[in-house]
Amino acid sequence: MGRRAGAPEVNAGSMADIAFLLLIFFLVTTTIETDAGLDRMLPPIEPPDTDVIIKQKNIFQVSINKNNQLLADDELTELKDLRAKAVAFLDNNGDGTCSFCKGAKDAESSDNPSKAIISLKNDRETKYSTYITVQNELVGAYNELRNRESMRLFNRPFVDLEADYLNPETDEDLKDELKEKVKRIQEMYPQKLSEAETSSN
Amino acid sequence: MSKFAKKKDGDLPAVSTASLPDIVFMLLFFFMTVTVMKDSSLKVENNLPSASEIKKLEKKDRVITIYVGKPTPEYAKVFGSESKIQLNDKFADPSDVGDFILMERAKKAQELQNVLTTSLKVDKNANMGIISDIKEELRKVNALKVNYTTVSGDAFTNLE
Repeated sequence: MGRRAGAPEVNAGSMADIAFLLLIFFLVTTTIETDAGLDRMLPPIEPPDTDVIIKQKNIFQVSINKNNQLLADDELTELKDLRAKAVAFLDNNGDGTCSFCKGAKDAESSDNPSKAIISLKNDRETKYSTYITVQNELVGAYNELRNRESMRLFNRPFVDLEADYLNPETDEDLKDELKEKVKRIQEMYPQKLSEAETSSN
Repeated sequence: MSKFAKKKDGDLPAVSTASLPDIVFMLLFFFMTVTVMKDSSLKVENNLPSASEIKKLEKKDRVITIYVGKPTPEYAKVFGSESKIQLNDKFADPSDVGDFILMERAKKAQELQNVLTTSLKVDKNANMGIISDIKEELRKVNALKVNYTTVSGDAFTNLE
């Protein structure tokens, strides 16, 4: 073996591989932050052609005044009690037509989850954070009931099913299956949350 | 003859720079992937409220964002301390929202125009009055799908 001047050069050929390894690692692990929030549909501006008469007992009226106080079904309510009240209202099953409901069957409350409407009214001075909390609790009430039925039927919470269904990475076959499940639960407890026009005083 | 040649004193081996481009490219790619293009600088305070029952806003190209909040201190002198709407880079009145939505909608691809969501990024301390005005405008231009963008967390922390 010939004598060489100085140390042998370090082989740098594999450096590129290491670099690519790191690159791929970061590519896979970093997620670009996506926004999240409460999805709502606004009512269309044209009024429906036919006037639908809704029984007073099928409406759960929630109003927030300018001092951020809450009136649910004509009772002053604490925000933390709102979810339970909304659940009791939706799940009431007043006329006994709902086979899966576990409510109190109070004749003065809603007939059937498909008929029950929650109406949310707010003042112009109401703070946005209170409004969001109320929205959150009402959506939470629906999710609670949907989760319960979803656990009973499919042994998975509804929010999981829905998240998987909406996830673009879920593959198509699974999506079709999920779509049916999501639809079925949504039909059991349709989200009927009406946002009336704001009162102006 | 020894198998291992002795080093000569003071003769440092040259460090190979062959991998430098790779490292640079790696950094470049890394920053390329994590950077989110900032399309408008915020001129309003924007502390989003928290909520727990949230859904993700997938697909950025289907979202139109409207910011609402108090003007930041540097703009407060000119625009006052009442909550304002920010559309793209400008302060706007509620009456401008409809035109803005129509304009943004026209920019999107044809097949996306019917599935757009309006993301409302509203400061915690804003009043509902301005939100109601925006909602009214959105209804006029038939942009009915809204998302009250929040951070994930316990909704009751909003009340403090």
